[in-house]
Amino acid sequence: MAVAKVLGIETEYGVAGGPDGDPITASTLIVNAYAQHERRRVAWDFADETPGRDARSQPTMSYPPAIEIHLANTVLTNGARLYVDHAHPEYSSPEVRTPLEAVLFDQAGELVMRKALETCNATFDPAFALRLYKNNSDGKGNSYGTHENYLVDRAVPFDDLVRGLLPHFVSRMVFCGAGKVGSETDEARGYNTTFQVSARAEFFEEVVGLETTLKRPLINTRDEPHSDAERFRRLHVINGDATMSPVATWLKLGTTSLLLSYIERRGVASLPPLPARPVRAFRQFARDESLTVTTATEAGEWRALDFQEELFALIQRFVADEGADDVAPESEVLSLLIEWRNALDLLATSPDDLADSVDWIAKRRILRAYQERYGCGPLDARLRAIDLQYADIRPEKSLAARARLRPLFSDEDIQAAVSAPPRSTRAYFRGTCIERFSESLVSANWDSLVFDVGEGPLQRVAMMDPLRGTAALTEPLFASVATARELVVALNG
Amino acid sequence: MPTETTTESSSTSDLTDELDSLLDEIDSVLEENAEEFVRNYVQKGGQ
Repeated sequence: MAVAKVLGIETEYGVAGGPDGDPITASTLIVNAYAQHERRRVAWDFADETPGRDARSQPTMSYPPAIEIHLANTVLTNGARLYVDHAHPEYSSPEVRTPLEAVLFDQAGELVMRKALETCNATFDPAFALRLYKNNSDGKGNSYGTHENYLVDRAVPFDDLVRGLLPHFVSRMVFCGAGKVGSETDEARGYNTTFQVSARAEFFEEVVGLETTLKRPLINTRDEPHSDAERFRRLHVINGDATMSPVATWLKLGTTSLLLSYIERRGVASLPPLPARPVRAFRQFARDESLTVTTATEAGEWRALDFQEELFALIQRFVADEGADDVAPESEVLSLLIEWRNALDLLATSPDDLADSVDWIAKRRILRAYQERYGCGPLDARLRAIDLQYADIRPEKSLAARARLRPLFSDEDIQAAVSAPPRSTRAYFRGTCIERFSESLVSANWDSLVFDVGEGPLQRVAMMDPLRGTAALTEPLFASVATARELVVALNG
Repeated sequence: MPTETTTESSSTSDLTDELDSLLDEIDSVLEENAEEFVRNYVQKGGQ
């Protein structure tokens, strides 16, 4: 089997309100409120952070990313990290084994943020109430990210990942774009765009690069595996939109995982052509809600849907030949292919029928109906308000919650994932240790835990393989120990 | 065929009704001063 496509998704939420209008204060209040609500506080260990390491041998950037260690930072019992990143509260989901599981823990993140917000606002004068949005920009040119992470075999040359992923990254927005009213960068404004398929695309300026906050690249080269660097790479994908529709999130993660599996096993020789100018293609497709615009490739002019049709055909044959149990069990892979096929069919024939599963179409349906009812122009403030409020995480305000989006999990399952870790990866070990032994845990991060067991030096437990530390491997161990000391002794024995 | 037409038009009107009630719902929760709400939503850039 190829390397299991362990994955996760991290989201910086938009934050508004607060006592002094400062987003860092507001974000810190959110993170601390949740930590207090949980009554367990385990600090983050920064020993593992190297965001400036580049997957290419000759890095080029204007300045290296800094590690911020002074801001609020905590680890949850579901194995996630909740912290202040730049000026946003960020939820980084625990690493999981399949795209569907990743959707569950992404949605659990929405509940974590909602709980934090409620806890925080309960103590505030309503005039200072905080609000949180699962979106990617403020409509004024400031963007913040939703990043995907995929475990990839280190043996795959990075250039192959670039070559293989670009056709997908410029075109996948047709089913996983969040949609956006208007535009906010000088370049996009030149086109008088009134609606975009992707909220994030206009902020991308480079094809490949290390940076994430300026000159954003379609392919990010951050080489921080959070695991055994000899065997694994963690592909850090920064070009996606924050999605409210679980089906859209599943398609985004699932199609990308399947393509990575394909590249690992078959290389890049048969993949769709590269767009001649990938950044231009990405932005063009974002501005094209008609899905008819083409971009130049070495094989002629291609629409976004042409790239997707070619990728689908290739991957469907590949799955039929070899299976893709590195991505997910067969039943999930087959459902994913059906969902992908269905989306491409409807995008080509009657896109509005995807209003229950594709965010940009769900949002556009509301915007158009509202425009028709009130006769307002395409950039009216009320439409921009609808755009923002689509992603409001308060149930009493969220428009996504009213858009009849098709669920993939029950409310009970999502609520359970707020506190219980996934059973499928080392996040089980991390989360269970926090649940049971938080008083003995000095710090935690993605690939290690540090215990203070009362005597002798601090004990670091390394977790360099994301598939060790699963429930199947560690449940008997947890059942046999009563204290952190017993756990550490058992692990060292 | 008459039967098919009937089915189609009734499902279209179901959809319109649904959209209408969705819009009513949106009206009832939409932030009151849209202009101000949109203007005041300012973020610092992130990743």
